[in-house]
Amino acid sequence: MDIDFITQILFAAIKTGTPLLFIALGEVICEKSGVLNLGQEGMMLMGAVVGFLAAYTTGSAGLGIFGAIFMGMIMSLIFAFLVLHLGANQVATGLALTIFGTGLSAFVGADVVGQTVQGFQPIIIPLLSDIPLLGKILFTHDLLVYVSFAMAGSVAYVANRTRTGLVLKAVGENPHAANAIGIKVLRVRYCAIMFGGAMAGLSGAYMSLVYTPMWIENMSSGRGWIALALVVFASWRIGNIMLGAYLFGLASIMHLVLQGMGWSISPNLLAMLPYVATVLVMVIISADKFKEKLLAPRSLGKPFDPRQMA
Amino acid sequence: MIQVTARIEPSKLMTFASPLLAIFLTLIFGSILFSLLDKDPLQAMHLLLIAPLSDAYNFSEMLVKMGPLLLCAVGLSLCYRANLWNIGAEGQLLIGALGGSAMALQFVDSEAWFALPLTLIAGILSGMLWAAIPTFLKLKFNSNLILTTIMFNYIALYLLLWGVHGPLRDPDGFGFPESAIFSDATILPLLNEDGRAHIGIIFAILLAIFAAFVLAKSHLGFQIKVFGADEPAARYAGFNQTKLTWAVMLFAGALAGLAGVSEVAGPIGQLVPGISPGYGYSAIIVAYLGRLHPLGALLSATFMAVLYMGGDLAQIEMGIPIAVVGMFQGVLLFFLLACDFFIHYRLTFPSNSQYQN
Repeated sequence: MDIDFITQILFAAIKTGTPLLFIALGEVICEKSGVLNLGQEGMMLMGAVVGFLAAYTTGSAGLGIFGAIFMGMIMSLIFAFLVLHLGANQVATGLALTIFGTGLSAFVGADVVGQTVQGFQPIIIPLLSDIPLLGKILFTHDLLVYVSFAMAGSVAYVANRTRTGLVLKAVGENPHAANAIGIKVLRVRYCAIMFGGAMAGLSGAYMSLVYTPMWIENMSSGRGWIALALVVFASWRIGNIMLGAYLFGLASIMHLVLQGMGWSISPNLLAMLPYVATVLVMVIISADKFKEKLLAPRSLGKPFDPRQMA
Repeated sequence: MIQVTARIEPSKLMTFASPLLAIFLTLIFGSILFSLLDKDPLQAMHLLLIAPLSDAYNFSEMLVKMGPLLLCAVGLSLCYRANLWNIGAEGQLLIGALGGSAMALQFVDSEAWFALPLTLIAGILSGMLWAAIPTFLKLKFNSNLILTTIMFNYIALYLLLWGVHGPLRDPDGFGFPESAIFSDATILPLLNEDGRAHIGIIFAILLAIFAAFVLAKSHLGFQIKVFGADEPAARYAGFNQTKLTWAVMLFAGALAGLAGVSEVAGPIGQLVPGISPGYGYSAIIVAYLGRLHPLGALLSATFMAVLYMGGDLAQIEMGIPIAVVGMFQGVLLFFLLACDFFIHYRLTFPSNSQYQN
């Protein structure tokens, strides 16, 4: 293994981890407000197909990105209305969103399967990319990877250092107390869910416009679910999410690495790696019951009904 | 003004009316969608809902799709009642098919009477094993059942692909990713010579009735219901949660495994990469639509099978993409969850309140 090979692997791990980072950043905000949205996979697929269709018809990848974000938000609004207003079970509604998104995306994308679009060109950042090793790994990506760096930084800042972050935390930890001091719990949750939807849409667009610039049915292949595990793995901390996303990115390209090293294992067995890694990580993280209870938002998954307050 | 008021007790009527209302709303949604796509909504609805029942062949094909949906949904109904979020029916089905095929391929040139029972048992045990791992991880390491069962679905899919591309591939199959064709000794007998419906569908219906009986009459069924309704109360009553979790999860795994092996040892007759068009996921909707009751699942699995069958027909006759079935399923579950709101709430029209004040 020479140094160039390692650089290439780490570069690819970041590229592969980026859609996971986007979607996990959205989900962590959603979960911090106390809402568990299992519809990530569906929102991501809808983002991917709408982003692709928009870019394909207009020829503009930028419009594709906006279309995907918008679509992700629309999808999350359906979820938000059902769980926040109609008090529907969050697990069942999230599953419905995933099933719906998977079906609808295959339906609207049926005509463009296999077409390609002009994706984003890499932007090599001057000076920074000249740093030995790290420069190549971090600063020779496309625009969206830099956007993901910026998003991770700003989400961490907002969640940990601002009043908005405190409000979010209050709603997720104890919605009744938050309501009592005049915070509009449902409004905060609406915003958090929609942010999650926007990020899932963006993540989908990254898949269909950058990562493999084409639309294939079910192309997210479980990334929405892996992102949910990633949030638990990261103990709801944004720094850990970034690290975790790249580790999972690395696990997803492990088959290329092993092939590069001359191993011959069935590609189908190697394709299991990210999922097996997810299970292992879940087992290690959750084994400590006390720790998980301490770190998870306390009202996660529990509905809040202002009607029952009076 | 319309007001939303909480009901004092959950409405029995709405519990049963809600699935019908949800189906009705989904059909309206579908009609609007087809009109927008310039497809005749009446023709599409006819193909989706009525044509699948119109002749003996279509009816038999509908039954072929109902079998796996029903088996998976009965298992999931019990899981969800006990608050066990098992999303893994799809993986358990695939592994059931894989394990069953591995056994069936031992009998390719055989006529032995025990070949079929052994194949079915291998499939059932494989499905149980695939349910057992996430159950063990949940009980021992407290890992999230939803996420582990989902991950096991993906792992199962790749295991199946590995099997069909590798050790189970037909050596005389010109390199196609398919197993050898099973011997007649390992194929489920047909119900009727005209179609592909097989005896496995009878097993599925009997198992649904058995599960309904367990739920209604046995101590185990009572424990499932109490755990679902009020976990602290169940603990206080001294019910053994670990035992119950094992029982329910293994039962669901066995049923899904049986569904999988019945596909390969039934209508397909060999192991191929595309065993299931997502039966295990659709079964989640079937379970909900059937009100998490095995007999309800019997009705809703029939409806869902009609929809699957109709989707095939609509694709052939009108060029509507088959993905419309998946989309309808999602919409149906949305409407169902929305309609369920009215089990606990009702609309009131307090128009004369001004006179009372």
